[in-house]
Amino acid sequence: MLRDIFITPFVDMVEAPDFLMQVLWEGLVSGVLYALIALGFVLIFRSSRILNFAQGIMVVFAALTLVGLHAMGLPAWIAVAATLAVMFVLAVTIERVVLRPLVGQPDIILFMATIGITLFLIGLGETIFGGENKVMITGELGIPTGDTVLEPFGGLLILQHLDITVVLVAVALVGALLAFLNYTRMGRAIRALGDDHQAALSVGISLQTIWVLVWFIAGIIALVTGIAWGARAGVSFALEVIAYKALPVLMLGGLESITGAIVGGLMIGVLEKIFEIYWGQPLLGGNTEAWFAFVLALIVLLFRPQGLFGERIIERV
Amino acid sequence: MLDAARTDEALLEVNNVEVIYNHVILVLKGVSLNVRKGGITALLGGNGAGKTTTLKAISNLLHSERGEVTKGSIVYKGERVQDLDPSALVKRGVIQVMEGRHCFQHLTVEENLMTGAYTRRDGRGAVDADLEMVYTYFPRLKERRRSQAGYTSGGEQQMTAVGRALMSRPEMILLDEPSMGLAPQLVEQIFEIVKSINENEGVSFLLAEQNTNVALRYAHQGYILENGRIVMEGTASELRENADVKEFYLGVSDEGRKSFRDVRSYRRRKRWLA
Repeated sequence: MLRDIFITPFVDMVEAPDFLMQVLWEGLVSGVLYALIALGFVLIFRSSRILNFAQGIMVVFAALTLVGLHAMGLPAWIAVAATLAVMFVLAVTIERVVLRPLVGQPDIILFMATIGITLFLIGLGETIFGGENKVMITGELGIPTGDTVLEPFGGLLILQHLDITVVLVAVALVGALLAFLNYTRMGRAIRALGDDHQAALSVGISLQTIWVLVWFIAGIIALVTGIAWGARAGVSFALEVIAYKALPVLMLGGLESITGAIVGGLMIGVLEKIFEIYWGQPLLGGNTEAWFAFVLALIVLLFRPQGLFGERIIERV
Repeated sequence: MLDAARTDEALLEVNNVEVIYNHVILVLKGVSLNVRKGGITALLGGNGAGKTTTLKAISNLLHSERGEVTKGSIVYKGERVQDLDPSALVKRGVIQVMEGRHCFQHLTVEENLMTGAYTRRDGRGAVDADLEMVYTYFPRLKERRRSQAGYTSGGEQQMTAVGRALMSRPEMILLDEPSMGLAPQLVEQIFEIVKSINENEGVSFLLAEQNTNVALRYAHQGYILENGRIVMEGTASELRENADVKEFYLGVSDEGRKSFRDVRSYRRRKRWLA
Protein backbone atom coordinates (compact mmCIF):
# COMPACT_ATOMS: atom_id res chain seq x y z
CA MET A 1 0.00 0.00 0.00
CA LEU A 2 2.71 2.46 1.00
CA ARG A 3 4.57 1.38 -2.05
CA ASP A 4 1.58 2.27 -4.20
CA ILE A 5 1.49 5.74 -2.70
CA PHE A 6 5.13 6.66 -2.49
CA ILE A 7 6.97 4.64 -5.11
CA THR A 8 4.88 3.28 -7.96
CA PRO A 9 3.53 6.62 -9.21
CA PHE A 10 7.00 8.10 -9.51
CA VAL A 11 8.33 5.01 -11.19
CA ASP A 12 5.46 5.30 -13.68
CA MET A 13 6.31 8.93 -14.30
CA VAL A 14 9.93 8.17 -15.04
CA GLU A 15 9.24 5.10 -17.12
CA ALA A 16 6.73 6.81 -19.37
CA PRO A 17 7.83 10.43 -19.69
CA ASP A 18 5.70 10.92 -22.78
CA PHE A 19 2.58 10.03 -20.83
CA LEU A 20 3.64 12.35 -18.01
CA MET A 21 3.97 15.12 -20.56
CA GLN A 22 0.50 14.36 -21.85
CA VAL A 23 -0.86 14.62 -18.32
CA LEU A 24 0.99 17.87 -17.69
CA TRP A 25 -0.28 19.35 -20.94
CA GLU A 26 -3.88 18.51 -20.14
CA GLY A 27 -3.46 19.92 -16.66
CA LEU A 28 -2.05 23.09 -18.16
CA VAL A 29 -5.04 23.49 -20.46
CA SER A 30 -7.49 23.36 -17.55
CA GLY A 31 -5.08 25.46 -15.53
CA VAL A 32 -5.08 28.46 -17.86
CA LEU A 33 -8.86 28.46 -17.86
CA TYR A 34 -9.00 28.32 -14.06
CA ALA A 35 -6.49 31.14 -13.96
CA LEU A 36 -8.58 33.22 -16.32
CA ILE A 37 -11.75 32.75 -14.30
CA ALA A 38 -9.90 33.44 -11.06
CA LEU A 39 -8.67 36.71 -12.55
CA GLY A 40 -12.27 37.72 -13.15
CA PHE A 41 -13.01 37.07 -9.47
CA VAL A 42 -9.91 38.91 -8.29
CA LEU A 43 -10.60 42.06 -10.30
CA ILE A 44 -14.14 42.31 -9.00
CA PHE A 45 -13.08 41.51 -5.46
CA ARG A 46 -10.30 44.06 -5.40
CA SER A 47 -12.40 46.91 -6.66
CA SER A 48 -15.58 46.25 -4.73
CA ARG A 49 -14.90 43.63 -2.01
CA ILE A 50 -17.53 41.44 -3.63
CA LEU A 51 -16.96 37.73 -4.01
CA ASN A 52 -18.78 37.33 -7.28
CA PHE A 53 -20.81 34.16 -6.98
CA ALA A 54 -22.32 34.88 -10.39
CA GLN A 55 -19.05 34.34 -12.28
CA GLY A 56 -19.99 30.73 -13.03
CA ILE A 57 -23.37 31.49 -14.45
CA MET A 58 -21.88 34.31 -16.50
CA VAL A 59 -19.80 31.65 -18.27
CA VAL A 60 -22.93 29.68 -19.10
CA PHE A 61 -24.90 32.79 -20.01
CA ALA A 62 -22.19 34.05 -22.37
CA ALA A 63 -21.87 30.66 -24.09
CA LEU A 64 -25.67 30.30 -24.38
CA THR A 65 -26.00 33.79 -25.81
CA LEU A 66 -23.31 33.12 -28.38
CA VAL A 67 -24.82 29.82 -29.51
CA GLY A 68 -28.33 31.24 -29.35
CA LEU A 69 -27.49 34.30 -31.45
CA HIS A 70 -25.76 32.11 -33.99
CA ALA A 71 -28.79 29.86 -34.14
CA MET A 72 -30.89 32.94 -34.89
CA GLY A 73 -28.85 33.39 -38.03
CA LEU A 74 -26.01 35.74 -37.09
CA PRO A 75 -22.62 34.83 -38.57
CA ALA A 76 -20.25 33.40 -35.95
CA TRP A 77 -17.97 36.40 -35.46
CA ILE A 78 -20.85 38.88 -35.51
CA ALA A 79 -22.45 36.71 -32.83
CA VAL A 80 -19.26 37.00 -30.76
CA ALA A 81 -19.35 40.79 -31.05
CA ALA A 82 -23.04 40.83 -30.20
CA THR A 83 -22.41 38.60 -27.16
CA LEU A 84 -19.71 41.02 -25.98
CA ALA A 85 -22.26 43.82 -26.32
CA VAL A 86 -24.72 41.79 -24.27
CA MET A 87 -22.07 41.24 -21.58
CA PHE A 88 -21.43 44.99 -21.52
CA VAL A 89 -25.11 45.76 -21.11
CA LEU A 90 -25.19 43.16 -18.35
CA ALA A 91 -22.28 44.88 -16.58
CA VAL A 92 -23.95 48.29 -16.78
CA THR A 93 -27.25 46.84 -15.58
CA ILE A 94 -25.66 45.05 -12.64
CA GLU A 95 -23.84 48.23 -11.59
CA ARG A 96 -27.01 50.33 -11.88
CA VAL A 97 -29.58 47.98 -10.43
CA VAL A 98 -27.61 45.93 -7.92
CA LEU A 99 -24.31 47.52 -6.89
CA ARG A 100 -25.10 51.22 -6.79
CA PRO A 101 -28.09 50.96 -4.45
CA LEU A 102 -26.11 48.69 -2.16
CA VAL A 103 -23.02 50.88 -1.77
CA GLY A 104 -21.77 50.85 1.79
CA GLN A 105 -23.76 47.77 2.79
CA PRO A 106 -21.96 44.91 4.56
CA ASP A 107 -20.02 42.54 2.30
CA ILE A 108 -22.33 39.65 2.98
CA ILE A 109 -25.29 41.60 1.55
CA LEU A 110 -23.37 42.17 -1.66
CA PHE A 111 -22.43 38.51 -1.78
CA MET A 112 -26.08 37.57 -1.41
CA ALA A 113 -26.89 39.99 -4.20
CA THR A 114 -24.55 38.11 -6.54
CA ILE A 115 -26.41 34.90 -5.67
CA GLY A 116 -29.52 36.78 -6.70
CA ILE A 117 -27.85 37.69 -9.99
CA THR A 118 -26.98 34.01 -10.48
CA LEU A 119 -30.57 32.86 -10.04
CA PHE A 120 -31.81 35.64 -12.28
CA LEU A 121 -29.39 34.74 -15.07
CA ILE A 122 -30.32 31.05 -14.84
CA GLY A 123 -33.96 32.01 -15.29
CA LEU A 124 -33.27 34.49 -18.06
CA GLY A 125 -31.00 32.08 -19.94
CA GLU A 126 -33.53 29.25 -19.80
CA THR A 127 -36.40 31.49 -20.84
CA ILE A 128 -34.65 32.90 -23.86
CA PHE A 129 -32.50 30.02 -25.06
CA GLY A 130 -34.13 26.97 -23.48
CA GLY A 131 -32.61 24.55 -21.01
CA GLU A 132 -31.44 21.76 -23.31
CA ASN A 133 -27.78 21.09 -24.08
CA LYS A 134 -26.33 22.79 -27.11
CA VAL A 135 -23.24 22.34 -29.21
CA MET A 136 -20.64 25.09 -29.22
CA ILE A 137 -20.13 26.59 -32.67
CA THR A 138 -16.47 25.58 -32.69
CA GLY A 139 -16.15 25.03 -36.44
CA GLU A 140 -17.98 28.21 -37.37
CA LEU A 141 -15.59 30.23 -35.22
CA GLY A 142 -12.71 28.74 -37.16
CA ILE A 143 -11.26 26.95 -34.15
CA PRO A 144 -9.20 24.04 -35.49
CA THR A 145 -10.32 20.60 -34.37
CA GLY A 146 -7.60 18.23 -35.48
CA ASP A 147 -4.60 17.13 -33.46
CA THR A 148 -0.86 17.05 -33.68
CA VAL A 149 0.99 13.92 -32.65
CA LEU A 150 4.50 14.35 -31.31
CA GLU A 151 6.82 11.56 -30.37
CA PRO A 152 9.03 12.71 -27.53
CA PHE A 153 11.26 10.03 -25.98
CA GLY A 154 10.01 7.60 -28.57
CA GLY A 155 6.55 7.79 -27.02
CA LEU A 156 3.35 9.51 -27.95
CA LEU A 157 2.07 13.00 -27.17
CA ILE A 158 -1.23 14.10 -28.61
CA LEU A 159 -1.95 17.81 -28.69
CA GLN A 160 -5.53 18.70 -29.61
CA HIS A 161 -5.55 21.79 -31.80
CA LEU A 162 -8.51 22.99 -29.80
CA ASP A 163 -6.43 22.85 -26.63
CA ILE A 164 -3.53 24.65 -28.25
CA THR A 165 -5.87 27.41 -29.38
CA VAL A 166 -7.38 27.66 -25.92
CA VAL A 167 -3.98 27.96 -24.29
CA LEU A 168 -2.79 30.58 -26.77
CA VAL A 169 -5.95 32.66 -26.48
CA ALA A 170 -6.00 32.42 -22.70
CA VAL A 171 -2.33 33.35 -22.41
CA ALA A 172 -2.85 36.27 -24.77
CA LEU A 173 -5.86 37.43 -22.79
CA VAL A 174 -4.02 37.19 -19.47
CA GLY A 175 -1.09 39.08 -20.99
CA ALA A 176 -3.38 41.76 -22.36
CA LEU A 177 -5.09 42.09 -18.98
CA LEU A 178 -1.79 42.45 -17.16
CA ALA A 179 -0.61 45.08 -19.62
CA PHE A 180 -3.91 46.87 -19.24
CA LEU A 181 -3.70 46.84 -15.44
CA ASN A 182 -0.09 47.96 -15.30
CA TYR A 183 0.30 50.44 -18.11
CA THR A 184 -2.98 52.22 -18.68
CA ARG A 185 -4.74 54.95 -16.81
CA MET A 186 -7.86 52.84 -16.28
CA GLY A 187 -5.84 49.84 -15.19
CA ARG A 188 -3.99 51.93 -12.65
CA ALA A 189 -7.31 53.23 -11.41
CA ILE A 190 -8.57 49.67 -10.92
CA ARG A 191 -5.51 48.79 -8.85
CA ALA A 192 -5.68 52.08 -6.95
CA LEU A 193 -9.29 51.45 -6.05
CA GLY A 194 -8.32 48.06 -4.68
CA ASP A 195 -5.81 49.73 -2.37
CA ASP A 196 -7.77 52.64 -0.96
CA HIS A 197 -11.36 53.51 -1.81
CA GLN A 198 -11.35 56.91 -0.14
CA ALA A 199 -8.14 58.02 -1.79
CA ALA A 200 -9.40 56.80 -5.15
CA LEU A 201 -12.53 58.90 -4.72
CA SER A 202 -10.43 61.87 -3.68
CA VAL A 203 -8.44 61.92 -6.92
CA GLY A 204 -11.62 61.73 -8.92
CA ILE A 205 -11.76 58.03 -9.81
CA SER A 206 -15.39 57.16 -10.27
CA LEU A 207 -16.46 53.93 -8.60
CA GLN A 208 -19.27 53.45 -11.08
CA THR A 209 -17.00 53.52 -14.12
CA ILE A 210 -14.55 51.08 -12.58
CA TRP A 211 -17.29 48.70 -11.50
CA VAL A 212 -18.82 48.58 -14.96
CA LEU A 213 -15.33 48.01 -16.34
CA VAL A 214 -14.41 45.10 -14.06
CA TRP A 215 -17.77 43.42 -14.57
CA PHE A 216 -17.35 43.80 -18.30
CA ILE A 217 -13.87 42.26 -18.08
CA ALA A 218 -15.43 39.41 -16.09
CA GLY A 219 -17.95 39.12 -18.93
CA ILE A 220 -15.23 38.87 -21.58
CA ILE A 221 -13.48 36.22 -19.51
CA ALA A 222 -16.78 34.40 -19.15
CA LEU A 223 -17.24 34.35 -22.91
CA VAL A 224 -13.74 33.03 -23.62
CA THR A 225 -13.98 30.30 -20.99
CA GLY A 226 -17.50 29.53 -22.13
CA ILE A 227 -16.30 28.95 -25.70
CA ALA A 228 -13.29 26.92 -24.58
CA TRP A 229 -15.16 24.70 -22.17
CA GLY A 230 -18.29 24.54 -24.30
CA ALA A 231 -16.22 23.19 -27.17
CA ARG A 232 -15.21 20.19 -25.09
CA ALA A 233 -18.26 19.52 -22.97
CA GLY A 234 -21.16 21.14 -24.80
CA VAL A 235 -23.06 24.19 -23.64
CA SER A 236 -25.27 23.46 -20.66
CA PHE A 237 -25.91 24.82 -17.21
CA ALA A 238 -23.45 22.23 -15.89
CA LEU A 239 -20.66 24.50 -17.19
CA GLU A 240 -21.32 26.68 -14.18
CA VAL A 241 -19.38 24.18 -12.10
CA ILE A 242 -16.05 25.01 -13.69
CA ALA A 243 -16.25 28.52 -12.32
CA TYR A 244 -16.45 27.11 -8.82
CA LYS A 245 -13.10 25.50 -9.49
CA ALA A 246 -11.85 29.07 -9.31
CA LEU A 247 -12.71 29.17 -5.59
CA PRO A 248 -9.90 26.83 -4.51
CA VAL A 249 -7.66 28.73 -6.92
CA LEU A 250 -8.52 31.89 -5.02
CA MET A 251 -7.94 30.28 -1.66
CA LEU A 252 -4.60 29.08 -2.90
CA GLY A 253 -3.58 32.25 -4.66
CA GLY A 254 -5.15 34.82 -2.39
CA LEU A 255 -8.29 36.78 -3.17
CA GLU A 256 -6.49 39.98 -3.98
CA SER A 257 -3.48 38.81 -5.90
CA ILE A 258 -3.39 38.91 -9.66
CA THR A 259 -0.20 36.84 -9.78
CA GLY A 260 -1.77 34.48 -7.27
CA ALA A 261 -4.76 33.89 -9.52
CA ILE A 262 -2.54 33.01 -12.45
CA VAL A 263 -0.05 30.81 -10.62
CA GLY A 264 -2.78 29.27 -8.47
CA GLY A 265 -4.86 28.43 -11.52
CA LEU A 266 -1.97 26.72 -13.30
CA MET A 267 -0.94 24.86 -10.15
CA ILE A 268 -4.40 23.51 -9.48
CA GLY A 269 -4.92 22.54 -13.10
CA VAL A 270 -1.67 20.59 -13.25
CA LEU A 271 -1.71 19.10 -9.74
CA GLU A 272 -5.27 17.83 -9.92
CA LYS A 273 -4.53 16.11 -13.21
CA ILE A 274 -1.36 14.45 -11.92
CA PHE A 275 -3.09 13.37 -8.75
CA GLU A 276 -6.01 11.96 -10.69
CA ILE A 277 -3.87 9.92 -13.06
CA TYR A 278 -1.16 8.64 -10.74
CA TRP A 279 -2.93 8.38 -7.41
CA GLY A 280 -6.66 8.89 -7.92
CA GLN A 281 -7.38 6.29 -10.56
CA PRO A 282 -5.24 3.42 -9.27
CA LEU A 283 -5.91 3.95 -5.55
CA LEU A 284 -9.19 5.81 -5.10
CA GLY A 285 -11.25 4.72 -8.06
CA GLY A 286 -10.88 7.96 -9.99
CA ASN A 287 -12.93 11.16 -10.26
CA THR A 288 -10.71 12.89 -7.73
CA GLU A 289 -10.63 16.04 -9.86
CA ALA A 290 -14.00 16.96 -8.40
CA TRP A 291 -12.61 17.43 -4.90
CA PHE A 292 -8.81 17.47 -5.05
CA ALA A 293 -8.53 21.22 -5.56
CA PHE A 294 -10.72 21.95 -2.57
CA VAL A 295 -8.76 19.67 -0.27
CA LEU A 296 -5.51 21.22 -1.46
CA ALA A 297 -6.90 24.68 -0.82
CA LEU A 298 -8.04 23.70 2.67
CA ILE A 299 -4.57 22.44 3.50
CA VAL A 300 -3.05 25.69 2.27
CA LEU A 301 -5.55 27.68 4.30
CA LEU A 302 -4.45 25.86 7.45
CA PHE A 303 -0.93 27.17 7.05
CA ARG A 304 -1.30 30.39 5.11
CA PRO A 305 -4.73 31.93 5.62
CA GLN A 306 -3.98 34.77 3.21
CA GLY A 307 -3.24 32.24 0.46
CA LEU A 308 0.10 31.48 -1.09
CA PHE A 309 0.29 34.83 -2.83
CA GLY A 310 -2.13 36.90 -0.79
CA GLU A 311 -1.16 40.48 -1.35
CA ARG A 312 1.50 41.24 1.18
CA ILE A 313 0.01 43.32 3.88
CA ILE A 314 2.35 46.27 4.02
CA GLU A 315 2.87 47.20 7.60
CA ARG A 316 5.42 49.74 8.64
CA VAL A 317 6.55 49.83 12.19
CA MET B 1 -2.69 77.59 -12.25
CA LEU B 2 -3.50 81.05 -13.32
CA ASP B 3 -2.05 84.29 -12.14
CA ALA B 4 -0.11 83.91 -8.96
CA ALA B 5 -1.30 87.25 -7.66
CA ARG B 6 -3.33 87.11 -4.52
CA THR B 7 -6.60 88.92 -4.61
CA ASP B 8 -9.46 89.51 -2.26
CA GLU B 9 -11.77 87.68 -4.59
CA ALA B 10 -13.26 84.62 -2.91
CA LEU B 11 -12.54 81.42 -4.80
CA LEU B 12 -14.62 79.35 -2.44
CA GLU B 13 -17.43 80.45 -0.19
CA VAL B 14 -18.81 78.21 2.50
CA ASN B 15 -22.03 79.66 3.90
CA ASN B 16 -23.55 78.50 7.13
CA VAL B 17 -22.98 74.82 6.45
CA GLU B 18 -24.39 72.18 8.74
CA VAL B 19 -23.26 68.56 8.50
CA ILE B 20 -24.95 65.55 10.02
CA TYR B 21 -23.46 62.05 10.09
CA ASN B 22 -25.69 58.98 10.08
CA HIS B 23 -28.77 61.23 10.20
CA VAL B 24 -28.20 61.99 13.89
CA ILE B 25 -24.74 63.24 14.72
CA LEU B 26 -24.50 66.99 14.23
CA VAL B 27 -20.88 67.83 13.53
CA LEU B 28 -20.84 71.22 11.84
CA LYS B 29 -23.25 73.75 13.29
CA GLY B 30 -23.21 76.48 10.71
CA VAL B 31 -19.69 77.03 9.40
CA SER B 32 -18.97 79.96 7.12
CA LEU B 33 -15.64 80.74 5.57
CA ASN B 34 -14.05 82.17 2.45
CA VAL B 35 -10.95 81.02 0.67
CA ARG B 36 -9.28 83.79 -1.26
CA LYS B 37 -7.92 83.17 -4.66
CA GLY B 38 -4.20 82.56 -4.62
CA GLY B 39 -3.96 82.50 -0.84
CA ILE B 40 -3.28 79.98 1.89
CA THR B 41 -6.15 79.83 4.32
CA ALA B 42 -5.68 77.93 7.55
CA LEU B 43 -8.47 76.16 9.38
CA LEU B 44 -7.36 75.65 12.94
CA GLY B 45 -8.76 73.82 15.91
CA GLY B 46 -8.33 70.85 18.19
CA ASN B 47 -9.37 67.24 17.75
CA GLY B 48 -13.00 66.83 16.83
CA ALA B 49 -13.52 70.51 16.11
CA GLY B 50 -14.79 69.69 12.62
CA LYS B 51 -11.82 70.58 10.42
CA THR B 52 -11.79 67.34 8.46
CA THR B 53 -15.55 67.36 8.15
CA THR B 54 -15.44 70.87 6.72
CA LEU B 55 -12.90 69.83 4.10
CA LYS B 56 -14.84 66.70 3.21
CA ALA B 57 -18.04 68.69 2.95
CA ILE B 58 -16.30 70.85 0.35
CA SER B 59 -14.74 67.97 -1.60
CA ASN B 60 -17.93 65.91 -1.28
CA LEU B 61 -16.18 62.91 0.20
CA LEU B 62 -18.75 62.93 3.01
CA HIS B 63 -21.19 60.68 1.22
CA SER B 64 -19.00 57.63 1.43
CA GLU B 65 -18.94 58.12 5.21
CA ARG B 66 -22.68 58.56 5.57
CA GLY B 67 -22.36 62.26 6.17
CA GLU B 68 -24.61 64.87 4.65
CA VAL B 69 -24.68 68.63 4.24
CA THR B 70 -28.13 69.47 5.58
CA LYS B 71 -28.04 73.27 5.52
CA GLY B 72 -26.12 76.06 3.93
CA SER B 73 -24.33 76.31 0.63
CA ILE B 74 -20.88 75.75 -0.80
CA VAL B 75 -20.05 77.94 -3.76
CA TYR B 76 -16.92 77.55 -5.86
CA LYS B 77 -16.28 80.21 -8.49
CA GLY B 78 -19.89 81.25 -8.36
CA GLU B 79 -21.23 77.72 -8.79
CA ARG B 80 -23.02 75.69 -6.14
CA VAL B 81 -20.94 72.53 -5.86
CA GLN B 82 -22.37 70.61 -2.95
CA ASP B 83 -24.37 68.19 -5.09
CA LEU B 84 -21.51 67.28 -7.41
CA ASP B 85 -19.61 64.05 -6.95
CA PRO B 86 -15.93 64.20 -6.00
CA SER B 87 -14.71 63.49 -9.53
CA ALA B 88 -16.72 66.41 -10.98
CA LEU B 89 -15.12 68.62 -8.37
CA VAL B 90 -11.62 67.38 -9.21
CA LYS B 91 -12.33 68.25 -12.85
CA ARG B 92 -13.26 71.78 -11.73
CA GLY B 93 -9.94 72.11 -9.95
CA VAL B 94 -10.67 71.27 -6.31
CA ILE B 95 -8.85 68.29 -4.85
CA GLN B 96 -8.38 67.04 -1.33
CA VAL B 97 -5.27 65.58 0.24
CA MET B 98 -6.66 63.46 3.02
CA GLU B 99 -5.49 63.26 6.58
CA GLY B 100 -3.09 60.36 7.02
CA ARG B 101 -1.80 60.59 3.41
CA HIS B 102 -3.88 57.72 1.98
CA CYS B 103 -1.35 56.68 -0.64
CA PHE B 104 -2.09 53.65 -2.77
CA GLN B 105 0.18 51.30 -0.89
CA HIS B 106 0.82 48.70 -3.56
CA LEU B 107 1.34 51.18 -6.36
CA THR B 108 4.75 52.71 -6.90
CA VAL B 109 5.34 56.34 -6.03
CA GLU B 110 5.22 57.28 -9.68
CA GLU B 111 2.01 55.32 -10.27
CA ASN B 112 0.53 57.12 -7.28
CA LEU B 113 1.38 60.43 -8.84
CA MET B 114 -0.09 59.33 -12.16
CA THR B 115 -3.44 58.44 -10.57
CA GLY B 116 -3.70 62.14 -9.72
CA ALA B 117 -3.98 62.82 -13.45
CA TYR B 118 -6.89 60.40 -13.79
CA THR B 119 -9.48 63.03 -14.65
CA ARG B 120 -7.29 64.91 -17.09
CA ARG B 121 -7.92 64.85 -20.81
CA ASP B 122 -5.11 67.08 -22.00
CA GLY B 123 -2.82 64.39 -23.29
CA ARG B 124 0.27 62.49 -22.36
CA GLY B 125 2.73 65.31 -22.95
CA ALA B 126 1.12 67.74 -20.53
CA VAL B 127 0.85 65.03 -17.86
CA ASP B 128 4.50 64.09 -18.25
CA ALA B 129 5.51 67.73 -18.00
CA ASP B 130 3.59 68.02 -14.75
CA LEU B 131 5.22 64.86 -13.45
CA GLU B 132 8.58 66.56 -13.95
CA MET B 133 7.20 69.65 -12.23
CA VAL B 134 6.20 67.55 -9.21
CA TYR B 135 9.67 66.00 -9.15
CA THR B 136 11.26 69.44 -9.07
CA TYR B 137 9.21 70.32 -5.99
CA PHE B 138 9.88 66.92 -4.42
CA PRO B 139 13.29 65.67 -5.64
CA ARG B 140 13.08 62.92 -3.03
CA LEU B 141 10.13 61.39 -4.86
CA LYS B 142 12.14 61.09 -8.04
CA GLU B 143 14.66 58.93 -6.20
CA ARG B 144 11.88 56.79 -4.81
CA ARG B 145 9.71 56.67 -7.93
CA ARG B 146 9.95 52.89 -8.37
CA SER B 147 9.32 52.00 -4.71
CA GLN B 148 5.94 50.78 -3.57
CA ALA B 149 4.40 53.69 -1.72
CA GLY B 150 3.60 51.49 1.28
CA TYR B 151 7.29 51.05 1.96
CA THR B 152 8.22 54.73 1.86
CA SER B 153 8.54 56.92 4.96
CA GLY B 154 5.78 59.07 6.39
CA GLY B 155 7.31 62.21 4.96
CA GLU B 156 7.68 60.67 1.53
CA GLN B 157 4.07 59.51 1.67
CA GLN B 158 2.95 63.02 2.53
CA MET B 159 4.96 64.32 -0.42
CA THR B 160 3.42 61.66 -2.64
CA ALA B 161 -0.05 62.65 -1.52
CA VAL B 162 0.55 66.34 -2.20
CA GLY B 163 2.29 65.56 -5.49
CA ARG B 164 -0.61 63.34 -6.51
CA ALA B 165 -3.04 66.19 -5.90
CA LEU B 166 -0.80 68.53 -7.87
CA MET B 167 -0.97 66.14 -10.84
CA SER B 168 -4.65 66.95 -11.28
CA ARG B 169 -3.71 70.56 -12.13
CA PRO B 170 -5.78 71.95 -9.32
CA GLU B 171 -6.70 75.54 -8.61
CA MET B 172 -7.33 74.70 -5.01
CA ILE B 173 -5.98 72.00 -2.73
CA LEU B 174 -7.75 71.04 0.46
CA LEU B 175 -4.86 69.91 2.60
CA ASP B 176 -5.80 68.00 5.73
CA GLU B 177 -3.30 67.85 8.57
CA PRO B 178 -0.05 67.65 6.59
CA SER B 179 2.03 67.77 9.79
CA MET B 180 0.50 64.63 11.27
CA GLY B 181 3.09 62.23 12.59
CA LEU B 182 6.05 64.01 10.99
CA ALA B 183 9.23 65.29 12.61
CA PRO B 184 9.29 69.10 13.10
CA GLN B 185 12.01 69.54 10.51
CA LEU B 186 10.02 67.61 7.94
CA VAL B 187 6.88 69.59 8.79
CA GLU B 188 8.79 72.77 8.08
CA GLN B 189 10.03 71.34 4.78
CA ILE B 190 6.52 70.31 3.66
CA PHE B 191 5.14 73.76 4.52
CA GLU B 192 7.97 75.44 2.61
CA ILE B 193 7.02 73.42 -0.45
CA VAL B 194 3.34 74.24 0.00
CA LYS B 195 4.31 77.89 0.12
CA SER B 196 6.34 77.70 -3.05
CA ILE B 197 3.61 75.77 -4.87
CA ASN B 198 1.23 78.50 -3.79
CA GLU B 199 3.52 81.24 -5.02
CA ASN B 200 4.79 79.67 -8.23
CA GLU B 201 1.77 77.74 -9.45
CA GLY B 202 -0.91 80.03 -8.04
CA VAL B 203 -2.67 77.14 -6.32
CA SER B 204 -4.88 78.25 -3.43
CA PHE B 205 -4.81 76.18 -0.26
CA LEU B 206 -7.31 75.49 2.44
CA LEU B 207 -5.24 73.95 5.15
CA ALA B 208 -6.61 72.13 8.18
CA GLU B 209 -4.03 72.00 10.94
CA GLN B 210 -3.67 71.35 14.62
CA ASN B 211 -0.18 72.76 14.58
CA THR B 212 -1.31 76.36 14.97
CA ASN B 213 2.18 77.74 15.24
CA VAL B 214 3.43 76.44 11.91
CA ALA B 215 0.15 76.97 10.11
CA LEU B 216 -0.09 80.64 11.08
CA ARG B 217 3.44 81.28 9.95
CA TYR B 218 2.70 80.10 6.41
CA ALA B 219 -0.97 81.03 5.99
CA HIS B 220 -2.37 84.37 4.92
CA GLN B 221 -5.82 83.99 6.44
CA GLY B 222 -7.03 81.88 9.31
CA TYR B 223 -10.20 80.54 10.87
CA ILE B 224 -10.50 78.91 14.24
CA LEU B 225 -13.02 76.15 14.52
CA GLU B 226 -14.28 75.00 17.86
CA ASN B 227 -16.93 72.38 18.40
CA GLY B 228 -18.41 72.72 14.92
CA ARG B 229 -18.47 76.52 14.84
CA ILE B 230 -16.11 79.22 13.60
CA VAL B 231 -15.13 81.15 16.71
CA MET B 232 -12.55 83.51 15.31
CA GLU B 233 -11.23 84.66 11.98
CA GLY B 234 -8.71 87.11 10.61
CA THR B 235 -5.42 87.47 8.84
CA ALA B 236 -2.69 85.19 10.05
CA SER B 237 -0.83 88.04 11.75
CA GLU B 238 -3.96 89.19 13.56
CA LEU B 239 -4.53 85.69 14.83
CA ARG B 240 -0.91 85.29 15.86
CA GLU B 241 -1.13 88.44 17.95
CA ASN B 242 -4.52 87.65 19.45
CA ALA B 243 -4.31 87.10 23.20
CA ASP B 244 -6.79 84.21 23.24
CA VAL B 245 -5.09 82.42 20.38
CA LYS B 246 -1.78 82.89 22.11
CA GLU B 247 -3.10 81.49 25.31
CA PHE B 248 -5.19 78.61 23.99
CA TYR B 249 -3.34 77.49 20.89
CA LEU B 250 0.20 78.74 21.06
CA GLY B 251 0.66 78.19 24.79
CA VAL B 252 1.87 81.73 25.40
CA SER B 253 0.09 84.18 27.70
CA ASP B 254 0.75 87.40 29.57
CA GLU B 255 1.97 85.37 32.51
CA GLY B 256 4.63 83.90 30.23
CA ARG B 257 4.86 80.58 28.43
CA LYS B 258 2.88 77.69 29.71
CA SER B 259 1.87 74.25 28.69
CA PHE B 260 -1.25 73.74 26.64
CA ARG B 261 -2.15 71.06 29.14
CA ASP B 262 -2.72 73.69 31.78
CA VAL B 263 -5.14 75.68 29.71
CA ARG B 264 -8.35 74.01 30.63
CA SER B 265 -10.48 73.59 27.57
CA TYR B 266 -13.59 74.64 29.48
CA ARG B 267 -12.13 78.10 29.79
CA ARG B 268 -12.00 78.61 26.09
CA ARG B 269 -15.37 77.02 25.63
CA LYS B 270 -16.75 79.39 28.25
CA ARG B 271 -15.21 82.44 26.72
CA TRP B 272 -16.12 81.64 23.12
CA LEU B 273 -19.11 79.44 23.02
CA ALA B 274 -21.27 80.87 25.81
